[in-house]
Amino acid sequence: MQDEPTPTELIKAVADFLRNEIAPAIKGHNAFKLRVGMNALDLVTRQLALEQGSDAAEVARLKQLLGMDGALIELNRALCEKIARGEVDLQTAGLAEHLWQTTMDKLAVDQPNYASYKRELGRKGS
Amino acid sequence: MIEEQLGRCVVSWYPGATGVSGAAKLSGGASQETWTFDIVHPSGNVGAILRRAPPGYGASPGRAAGLDAEATLMQLAHDAGLPSPRVMHVLKPEDELGRGFIMQRIEGETIARKILRDEQFAKARPILARQLGGVIAGIHGLAPAKLPKLREMSATKEIADLEREYRSFNWPRPVFELALRWLRERDPGPSKEVTLVHGDFRHGNLIIGPDGVRAVLDWELAHVGDPMEDLGWICVNSWRFGEIDKPVGGFGTREELFAGYEEAGRKVDPDRVMFWEVMGTLRWGIMCCGMMQRFRQGLDHSMERAMIGRRSSETEIDLLRLLAPRGK
Repeated sequence: MQDEPTPTELIKAVADFLRNEIAPAIKGHNAFKLRVGMNALDLVTRQLALEQGSDAAEVARLKQLLGMDGALIELNRALCEKIARGEVDLQTAGLAEHLWQTTMDKLAVDQPNYASYKRELGRKGS
Repeated sequence: MIEEQLGRCVVSWYPGATGVSGAAKLSGGASQETWTFDIVHPSGNVGAILRRAPPGYGASPGRAAGLDAEATLMQLAHDAGLPSPRVMHVLKPEDELGRGFIMQRIEGETIARKILRDEQFAKARPILARQLGGVIAGIHGLAPAKLPKLREMSATKEIADLEREYRSFNWPRPVFELALRWLRERDPGPSKEVTLVHGDFRHGNLIIGPDGVRAVLDWELAHVGDPMEDLGWICVNSWRFGEIDKPVGGFGTREELFAGYEEAGRKVDPDRVMFWEVMGTLRWGIMCCGMMQRFRQGLDHSMERAMIGRRSSETEIDLLRLLAPRGK
């Protein structure tokens, strides 16, 4: 077992330092690059918090949809083949819901400020 | 160092010029660079831009039209009265600057967030979509006989190219599969009319002033094909920068864009435009994945390249909004 602090706590400490102490002192192209770097750290933090839960739910949905077992990436490859061959499509029960949920879970990690994501989040329950 | 070479070059063809000053690199990867500089002249300095592949970088990769073709197209557009910089000089071997060309520098803004939010563009925003429709029509109307040699594209070819590239990443993306399937099933076939297509007509490649569009830049992806492609590409959500209810670049409506296009005497096929908007959304998603590959292969090991890989999911949600919209 690895000791504390957790990866999330370590990354947050670094990100806070960069944001509060370094960013105000940097200008020009490096200020832009620093922002990209801080965004990357924030993304990693979100992934550490959300990935386990969303992956488990995705596996469960894929097993149901495909009627087979396997690792997440193998299930995704199987789904891709079925879509490419036309064996499942948007008329297939559960496919659209699955793709929507999976994509929303990706955006929650990648770009939670993306306008399309925020709009769709507002549709909750639909 | 580049100022010295540029100075020698400029003096050889610009009457009265004594040299150059203020040379600064604006952008560039390894194979293509853009520089801004001033031509020093007794009657007043003249702003100029150098676009070049440095010495040692000859052939243009893959889909690129090539810098010679870019120069020809830019000059053709300028001569036709379209908003385009004038090409001042095409580089020659004796210039020792590599391949490329020097053009007039046009003042204005290319950064989408400023164009969409700054007060100084408030009067431009409501007229831009219609204006750009007219400009795209002008590009499509350039005489085929005068065009340089360009690759010929069709929807069928583009789908095949995108699929090949997506498969090369070997990473499963069910939403991209769905989009590829959707596109193949709805491929409208060869366009009745085949014209010059700019290929990258969107924010970043348009210089905008308070008065509207001032110049179209970057003909790198120009080709010959279905004119509706350019109209679809500028509607891709990735170029709306948060203003998702204004499909044309975050500032205008499709109706305005189409009206500007038709006022210039050309016809719009809205279904084909929508088809190309879906294609364009997928294309940008695959381009994001491709840039991540360049990072991973060590060709450009920057955080920006790495992070852009995490933007392809933006195109997945936009594809779902187009192909499987949820309750209104």
